[in-house]
Amino acid sequence: MVTGFPVALAAWTLLLAPLAAAAGIPLLGLHRKRLSASLAIGGLLVPFACACWLLLHTLQGSLHLPLEVKVSWLLLPDLAIPFGVLIDPLSLLMSLIVTGVGSAIFIYSTGYMAHDSGYSRYFTMLSLFAFSMLTIVLANNWLELFIGWELVGFCSYALIGHWFEKPQAADAGKKAFLVNRVADFGFMLGILALWAHSSPLAAERTLNYQLLQTRLPSLLQSGWLSHETLVLTGLLIFCGVLGKSAQMPLHVWLPDAMEGPTPVSALIHAATMVAAGVYMLCRNFWLFQGAPAVLETIAWVGGATAFFSAALAVVEPDLKRILAYSTLSQLGYMVMAVGLGGHVAGMYHLTTHAFFKALLFLAAGSVIHGTRRQNIRELGGLRRSMPWTSATFFIGALALCGFPALSGFFSKDEILVLAHEHNALLYWIGSVTAGLTAFYATRAWCVAFLGQAPEHLHAHESPPVMLIPLVLLSVLSIVGGYLGIPAFLGEPAGAFHWDVAATSLAAIATGAGLAWLIYRRKAIAAEAIARRCAWLHRLLVNRYFFDDVYTWYVEQVQQRLIAGACALFERFIIIGLAVNGLAWLTQLAGRAIRRVQTGRVQGYVLGFCCGIIALLYLAGRF
Amino acid sequence: MITLTHYLVLSALLFTIGLAGIMTRRNVILILLCVELMFNAANLAFVAFAKSLGDPSGQVIVFFVITVAAAEVTVGLAIAILMARRLSTLNADEVSLLKW
Repeated sequence: MVTGFPVALAAWTLLLAPLAAAAGIPLLGLHRKRLSASLAIGGLLVPFACACWLLLHTLQGSLHLPLEVKVSWLLLPDLAIPFGVLIDPLSLLMSLIVTGVGSAIFIYSTGYMAHDSGYSRYFTMLSLFAFSMLTIVLANNWLELFIGWELVGFCSYALIGHWFEKPQAADAGKKAFLVNRVADFGFMLGILALWAHSSPLAAERTLNYQLLQTRLPSLLQSGWLSHETLVLTGLLIFCGVLGKSAQMPLHVWLPDAMEGPTPVSALIHAATMVAAGVYMLCRNFWLFQGAPAVLETIAWVGGATAFFSAALAVVEPDLKRILAYSTLSQLGYMVMAVGLGGHVAGMYHLTTHAFFKALLFLAAGSVIHGTRRQNIRELGGLRRSMPWTSATFFIGALALCGFPALSGFFSKDEILVLAHEHNALLYWIGSVTAGLTAFYATRAWCVAFLGQAPEHLHAHESPPVMLIPLVLLSVLSIVGGYLGIPAFLGEPAGAFHWDVAATSLAAIATGAGLAWLIYRRKAIAAEAIARRCAWLHRLLVNRYFFDDVYTWYVEQVQQRLIAGACALFERFIIIGLAVNGLAWLTQLAGRAIRRVQTGRVQGYVLGFCCGIIALLYLAGRF
Repeated sequence: MITLTHYLVLSALLFTIGLAGIMTRRNVILILLCVELMFNAANLAFVAFAKSLGDPSGQVIVFFVITVAAAEVTVGLAIAILMARRLSTLNADEVSLLKW
C-alpha cells in the first residue's frame, strides 16, 4: 500500500516538472541547444515515469483511485479555490498519453528543428504546452481547468506562429487564438453559471468536480438548478469544446494551424490542445448526463464534423492538411461518442488516435524534412527512398482507416456499435465517414509514397533520432487495441458485433478500393469526376465557404458596420461633445471668472477674509 | 488679575491691526510685517488657551507656527528683493504681472 508523501510527490511532479523545464530553459539555456532540449525532454520524461509509477501501483491494487491532493490557493470572502491534482483512471490515462506521446514528439523535435534559429524558444513553449495540458488533465476544479485551457490556447498561438517572420504562420497563430477566444467566452460563461448555481448559500459555492458531482442530484431536486439552466450551462460549456476540439462551425483554425512546425502539429493533434475538449467532456460527463438535449446536440455536432471534414480531406493536395482534416473527422467521432453516452468509447478512440495521429504527423514531418515538399502531387515513390518513414506511415494510415487488428479498428468499432444502438442516422454517417477515411488515406499513400518519383525530387531518409519515435509510435498504434483501455476506465468493451464490423469493413474496402482504382490504377480519371460534379468539387475546394463567410462577416459587418458606427460615435459624441464641448465650456467660464483677478493684493485679502467669515458663520450654524 | 479674556482681547486686537494693515498698506514689506503681526496674534491665543486649559499641545503648535512663519518670511522677503531689483518698486499695486 502506498500513501501519503510519495504519492503526493509523484502527483505534484507529474504536474509541475514541465513548468520547471519551461522556466529553466530561458533562465539557463537560451543559447545552449543541447541543454534546452535535454531540459525539455527531461521535464516530460520525469512526469512520464511518475505516471507509470502511479499506474503500476494502481494495477497492483496498492493505490486507491480517485486520489486528490491540494493546497489552498485562492482565498477570498465566499470563494475558496484550492489548487489541486485529481488522479483517477481517466486523468491517469490522459497524463500517460500527454507525457508518453509528448516525449516521443519532443525527442523527434531535436532532429526536426536541429537547424532552427528559435530552437530554445521552441522547446520553452513546448514544455509550457505540456504543462498547460497537464493542468487541464489533472485539475480538480473548473477554474484550474480554465487556466490550463487558456494557457494551451496561448501556447498553440506561440507555436503555430513559431516562424512568425512568415506572414501566413503569424496569421494562422492569430486565427487559432481568436477562434478559441470566441469559444472560450461561452465556456467561461458556462463555468460562471455553474458556480452561481452550485449552492443556494454564497459561502458554499464551489467549482470542485467531485463536490459538484455529488451535489448535482440534490441541486436539481431542490430546484435551485433548474433543468433549463442545466441545459444552457451544458451548451455554454460545450461551446468551449467547439473551439478547442475544433468542431464545426469553429473548426476553421485547425487546418491553418498546419503553418507551424510539424512536431507541433503532431502535439496539437495527438496529445494536447484538441484532445483537451474531448477530455473535458469525458471528465465532466456527469454534468451532461442530466441533460439529454445537450448530449443530442453534442452527438450531432460530432457526427456532422466527422463527415464533412472527411469529405474535405478527399480533395486536399497538402499532406499535412489532409491529416488535419482527418483529425477533425476523428475528433468528430469522439465527440459523437460522448454525445451518444459513451464517454469511455470516446476516450478510447482519443487514446488510439493519439498514437496513430502522432505517428502520421511525425512521418509526414519526416517526409517534409527529407524532401522539402508537402504537396502530395509533387511527391511520389517515397517508398524506395524513405523506407522507414513509408513503413511507419503505412501502419499509421492502416490504423487510421480502422484496418482489422490495429488499434483504430477496435476504438472506431466501439463508437459505431454505440451509434448502432442509439441513433441509426448517426450510425450510417459514421460508417460512410469510415469509407471516406479509407479513401483519403489510400489516396495520400498512393500518390505520395507509391509510383514514380517526380524529377528533381531528392529525398533522403531522416536521422535515427526522428525514426526511433516513429517506430515506437508504430508499435503503440498496432497494440493499442489490446491494452484493455476501456476496462481500465471502468467499462469493459462490449461484445463484438459482427454486423457492425462487417459494415464498416465493407465501407473501408469500398473507399480504399475506389482510391486505389483512381490514384494507382488510374482506371478512373480524378479530373473527370471533378468535372462531372463541378459544384461539389467547388464546394469542397473552398471548404464549404466557411472562411469566406467569416471573412465577409469580419470585413463587412464588423469592420464597416459596427466599427464604422463606433467611429462615428467617437468622432461626434466623444470628441465633439465630451472632449471639445468640455473645453469650450471651460474656456467660457474662464473668460467670465477671470474678471475677479484685479491684481490688487488688498482686494484678494478682502475676499479671503469674507470667505473665512462666511465659513465661520456656516460652521456655527451647523 | 489677568484672565484668559484679557489675552484673547489683546490677541483679537493684534489680529485686527494686522488685517487692517494688510488692507490699507501698499508697501510689500509693511504687508509682510502685518502678516507677522497676525501670526503672533494667533500664537498669543494658542499659548493663552494652553495655559488656561493646562494642555501643552497649544504650545507645541506655536513652535510649528513660528517655523512656518520663518519660512514664509524667507519667501516673502525674497520676493520683495526681486521686486526691488527687477521692477524698482515695492508698491504692491504696481505688480500685476500674473493678472489676466
